[in-house]
Formats: sequence, C-alpha cells, structure tokens
Amino acid sequence: MNRENSGYTIIYAAVMVILVALGLAFTHQALSDRQTANVNIDKMQQILRSLNINASAAEAQQVYDELVQNAYLITPDGVKVEGSEGTTPNDPAFSIDPSDEAAAGLPVFEAIVEGSQKYIIPMQGTGLWGPIWGYLAVEADGSTIYGSEFGHQGETPGLGAEIVMLSFREQFIGKELIKEGHFRSVAVVKPGQATSDRDYVDGISGGTITSKGVDAMLLNSVGQYSKFLLNLNAAQ
Amino acid sequence: MALSNQTKAVLLGPLNKNNPVIVQVLGICSALAVTSKLEPSLVMAVAVTLVTAFGNVIISLLRKTIPTRIRIIVQLVVVAALVTIVSEVLKAFAYDVNKQLSVFVGLIVTNCILMGRLEAFALGNGPWPSFLDGIGNGLGYGWILVVVGFFRELLGSGELLGYKVIPQFMYDAGYENNGLMMLAPMALILVAVIIWVHRARNKDLQEETN
Repeated sequence: MNRENSGYTIIYAAVMVILVALGLAFTHQALSDRQTANVNIDKMQQILRSLNINASAAEAQQVYDELVQNAYLITPDGVKVEGSEGTTPNDPAFSIDPSDEAAAGLPVFEAIVEGSQKYIIPMQGTGLWGPIWGYLAVEADGSTIYGSEFGHQGETPGLGAEIVMLSFREQFIGKELIKEGHFRSVAVVKPGQATSDRDYVDGISGGTITSKGVDAMLLNSVGQYSKFLLNLNAAQ
Repeated sequence: MALSNQTKAVLLGPLNKNNPVIVQVLGICSALAVTSKLEPSLVMAVAVTLVTAFGNVIISLLRKTIPTRIRIIVQLVVVAALVTIVSEVLKAFAYDVNKQLSVFVGLIVTNCILMGRLEAFALGNGPWPSFLDGIGNGLGYGWILVVVGFFRELLGSGELLGYKVIPQFMYDAGYENNGLMMLAPMALILVAVIIWVHRARNKDLQEETN
C-alpha cells in the first residue's frame, strides 16, 4: 500500500475523523447524565452557600430539599408568573438560563433558614476574562443581605478569582440594598475608599476589573428585581 | 523491574538534561498561565503527563499507516480527542477539579511539548518506549510547573495549596505578599532562574559565547 497516494490519504483522514467523532459522541452520551447531575448539584451547593451553608456534593441535594421551600419566576414588575412554581432541576426557576433575554421571567428561590424566610436571587455579569455569576440571599425585608455566593469561569487565580473566598463574600452580610425607599444596590469599592449614598464592601486588591464586574453585576442583575424587593420592603 | 540504559535515558532524560521546558523551552505559555497556585500546577502536570503518554502510544501504534503529508493533522486530531475525553471524564467524575482548571484543560491541545514528542519520538519508535517518553516528558514539564507554582503561591499569597504558611507575626512585622508573583511575567523570571541554576550545574548545556 502506497502511503503517499492521495486516495489513501483522503480515505485515511475521513475514516479517522469519523472514528474519532463517534468515539467522542459516545463518550459524551455515556457521561452526560452524570455531568448534568454534577452541574445541578453544583448549582444547589452555590444556592446553599449563599445561605452561608457549606454542603458537600453528597449531601447538597438533601439539604437543598430541606431548606428551599419554593421557587418561581417573577415578571420585572415583581409579580409571580402563574404556573412557574417548583424547586426541582426540571422546574423553570432552576433550569432557566437567566442571561436569556426572551426568558419567561426572573427566577427567585425561597428558603426558610432557622425559621425565617430568605429570598435568593441569581446574578450574572462579566469579569476580566469571562463570565462571573453568583447568588444573593436577601432577608424577608427585601433589603438586608443574608449571604452571598460568587463564581467565575476564568478570573486570575490569586487576584480576581478571590471573589469566591469567604473573606470577600462575608463582607456583604448585613448590607442593605434599599436606602430610603430606593433600590441602591451595594457598591464594591477599592479598599480604603467609601461611598456616601449606598452600602459598600472592599473590592479585591489587584482584581480591580473583576471587582468592578461584581459591582456592575449587583447593580444590574439585582436591579432587575428592584420592584420585587421594594414590594417586600414596603410590606414590612 | 530493571530498566535498560536506553529505557532509562528515554524516561529520565526529560527530567534533567533534555527537559522540555528549561532546555528545549517548550510549553512556556501554559507554564505561565496555570502556575500562580500550586494546586492547578499539580493537576495540570498530571493531565499533561497522561495526554502525552497516551497520545504517544496511539501515534506510535499508527505510525506505519499515517500518510506523511497529513501527519500533523492526524497528531492534532488524536491529541484533541484525548484532551476532550480527559475534560469529559473530569466533568463527570471530578467536577471540582474541572471547575478549577476551567479553560486550561482545553489548552493542553496547544501545548507544544505534545506535538513535539509525537513528531520527534512517537513517529519513529515503538509503543512502549513512546509511552515512557510521554511519561518522562510529562514529568519533566510537571516538576518545573510545580516548582514555579510553589514559589509563586508561597511568595505571592503566603499560602501553599490554599493553607496559610507565612505566620501572622511576619505580616505584623511588616512582611507583605508580593503581588508581582501573581502576574505572568514573574513566572517567566522564575523559569529563567531555574534555567540559570540548571545551566550553572550542567556546563555542557551552556551555549558558547564569543
């Protein structure tokens, strides 16, 4: 067999590509259930971390089922979308892609921790290298932050990636989103600086752009919920 | 198992005088990207070792059938397929590790060491020596990563594998973490320091100056 023959080369390339494609498709198919389960568990762990609970992957499902009582979509006016309730990974609040502009609504999770009601809001934004996201748990007054969780795809380790650390996240606890009846968000500022019109936390030194991304994410993602939060606040 | 001299050279050469990073100066880009902490450096070292070893074996088994004109494409397909499988398996069985390495797993494809070994060694040798060559080069790459990751995390964050190792009284006495260590240029400087030490100890590697 002549290895330099064009016909041989073409057939070789074609067969190789088909075999590799089949192999990869099979691998993906065989593993995709486990992968989806991992992604769902990971999301539950993130939601629980926003409630200041560190659940291991093995116990996440159980703790999630225990604490998260309800989940649903709301419209930008803060009204619950009919028929959107449910907390399982197949229900809209869990499975919806919040970055989708055409989505039916904004997801909200309700949890009861130590007898008091918390509302959990998913957030999405952009860091320095790629997307960042997070969850913000808000007390029943719609303003006081109970806990926060942040994630990122590829921020610089040691700098921007530090937003996932507890030391950064726990600064948010007790901060207020609503000031004098207006939604103000919480600012992320350079360490040492301050803001006058809203609560603030210290950003990451050396992770300025990621910190700004978190700041913008809080303002924009949580801002979409401002009517919902103001309604809660007014009801208190 | 006693290793013959030749096997030893194939396996151990890349750890020292034939090191892919500090002698051949390959794979520098990923050495800069993943070494700001020790843990991703370790996982990256393992992943690259596995992919190089198995890529070498596959190419070595196919070496008598591969058309010369498209051999680079064949190598690329094999490497890309292996890396995709590694990434899928990590997603299914080690989700946390996968999250930590994020894009870097995919970037193994672009590691010059892989293509270099496939082209220079696997195409001309049997599967077993190729396997050892892959392991050797993976480890040769890995130990540099680990050394660089060690110093960058220690001096940059005062931690190792996420644990504080620089005691608080040092900070109280005015010690500060070096933020420059976190940035890519410092990895380059550290690699250069390793090369300097290595060449100082191995005079035969020194280029002639005139």
